[in-house]
Amino acid sequence: MTRYILRRILQAIPLIFLLSVVLFVLMQNIGDPLATMGGRTVTRAEDRKRLERQLGLDKPVLVQYVYWLVGNDWTKVDLNGDGIPDTPGTRKGILRGDFGTSLISMGQPVLEVIWSRLPNTLLLMVTAEIVILLGSLLIGIYSALHQYSVLDNLLTGVSFIGYSMPIFFVALVSIYIFSVYFKRWGLPYLPSVGMYDPDVGETLGQVVSHMILPVFSISFISFAAYSRYVRSTMLEVLSQDYIRTARSKGLTRRNITLVHALKNASLPIVTVVGLDLPLLLGGAVVTERIFAWPGMGRLFLDGVSRGDTPVVMGILMLIAVAVVIFQIITDIAYAWLDPRIRYE
Amino acid sequence: MSSLSSVASLAADTLDAPPLSLGELTYRRFRRHKMAIFGAIMLVLLAGYAFIPALFISEKYANYTDTGLRLNAPSLAHPFGTDTIGRDILARTIYGGQISILIGITAAVLEVLAGILIGATAGFYGGWIDAILMRLTEAMLNIPQIFLLIVMAKFFAGGIPDIHLLGRTFSGSVLVIMMIIGLTSWPYLARIVRAEFLSIKEREYILAARATGTPTYQIIFGHILPNCIAPIVVTATLGVANAITLEAYISFLGLGVRPPTATWGNMLEGAYNYIESAYWLWLFPGLLIVLIVLSINFLGDGLRDALDPRSRTV
Repeated sequence: MTRYILRRILQAIPLIFLLSVVLFVLMQNIGDPLATMGGRTVTRAEDRKRLERQLGLDKPVLVQYVYWLVGNDWTKVDLNGDGIPDTPGTRKGILRGDFGTSLISMGQPVLEVIWSRLPNTLLLMVTAEIVILLGSLLIGIYSALHQYSVLDNLLTGVSFIGYSMPIFFVALVSIYIFSVYFKRWGLPYLPSVGMYDPDVGETLGQVVSHMILPVFSISFISFAAYSRYVRSTMLEVLSQDYIRTARSKGLTRRNITLVHALKNASLPIVTVVGLDLPLLLGGAVVTERIFAWPGMGRLFLDGVSRGDTPVVMGILMLIAVAVVIFQIITDIAYAWLDPRIRYE
Repeated sequence: MSSLSSVASLAADTLDAPPLSLGELTYRRFRRHKMAIFGAIMLVLLAGYAFIPALFISEKYANYTDTGLRLNAPSLAHPFGTDTIGRDILARTIYGGQISILIGITAAVLEVLAGILIGATAGFYGGWIDAILMRLTEAMLNIPQIFLLIVMAKFFAGGIPDIHLLGRTFSGSVLVIMMIIGLTSWPYLARIVRAEFLSIKEREYILAARATGTPTYQIIFGHILPNCIAPIVVTATLGVANAITLEAYISFLGLGVRPPTATWGNMLEGAYNYIESAYWLWLFPGLLIVLIVLSINFLGDGLRDALDPRSRTV
């Protein structure tokens, strides 16, 4: 097992390295971080030169990549523009935990920028994931127990429609109904923008009420994939011999379904959840944009639109590493839950 | 006595009938899948919606701006209302539909070509080729597709000039979007194709083909590929829906197809600023996207069941 984990980690290293090179090169053309540095005024040509030099943006892409990867404290850089590299570099590089500094929020370390947004994204996405899991377990188990019943067909139909909807459409419709129309009818309406009302402050009630619509939108489109999975694995398990044995022993239906069947049926679901979890880190880019949720997804979009390479690269690398880690955890969990599985 | 003979003749008839081909079997199973038939009919209707009225309404009208008619609610003259610069939304959904469908199909074709090429090469040759190609595939899967799309869309934005074709002008970004969606979608298919190739290439009939000196390309394309056609067809179908959704996402974020070319996706760009005041801006293009994606998903689901060799019902 230990060897298996080690091998997986060793395999992942070149993979992430390759990914980082490609993304870093792509990043060179996404925008001009200097354009907005002077605030409303256009950045002057000589300022632009100076800034480029100070931020190291005048170097060739590969040099920039090396500085980003391993830092530049082993070499000297030219900061005053006299052509002689005389100032020792200060960056440590991402391999030593230095993600660099954000180009648009001047001088703020990337990790700090990301940490300030990460809890918001996790709050939203973990809540959504829990709702999705509970909801699809309920739907899936019900559908499996009452296969082809009216409600089964209805649930399957509705979740299929949700599955086919782009999230922004669900979001727009739900905002239109629960925010706009409820307000118009004088009913208590749900807030649709931000994390809390700045007049009230960041109280629990505020955050919860602002989370309802985004969580609903994310779950609505995701129920189908999970619940169909639960339904089919449940159906498979329920037809096995040991369930018949349990039934003939006279166990209650509830006991059979929730203890004996669900335990084995949940195995494949562990895989799906394990592989989906790291994607939560990036947040739902589109959802966060619509609901103006201050999370990583919006940070990513802002970073891309203003050419903030260190922040964008930081987010992408965090996600890539998280995906690898969660893949390994999923494999371990799987072997632990199902003793028949062995990795050599 | 007479009934006995009729039974006998019936039995003889069935025996005489030639075995059904994969296409016939698939069609018979597909026909019984009500939702898939519904999906197929909806698709034909939606394609008709995008292409037939274009004979009567010119693209010039679809792109005609009249700031005097900004944000008009649906009326007789403009059944779907007008957008922020006074363009007729009905006409734009018609022309936008053409581009959305075009993007969906082209991106899916690219996805299938890349997926088959990479999956087949990796699965058939194995060894270090397989190792390299599969690392590449995994690297792609390590970043959510939407993030890759955003970065690539930004990277290629504005790089391609407008295209003049068939007397119409298309924004060059249409090509960019097709390409980047196609080129970021193939990893799943490549993995499926590779797995199929890995198992099929060990069968006896491939050994026999090799023994009789069949050229490699013929083994790959003539003997192995046709046997893994089922997952490819299903992935390709769902790939069209996926590409249309992705185009909508990326356009919604303002990184998609540039105006004046309309797509169902880019008509939604900025529409959320008008949630309250102008529902018609996002409702009609949004509904059309939902309808087409839903129909394709139904179709794909039906095809999946119909092509499954394990399902014996005819």
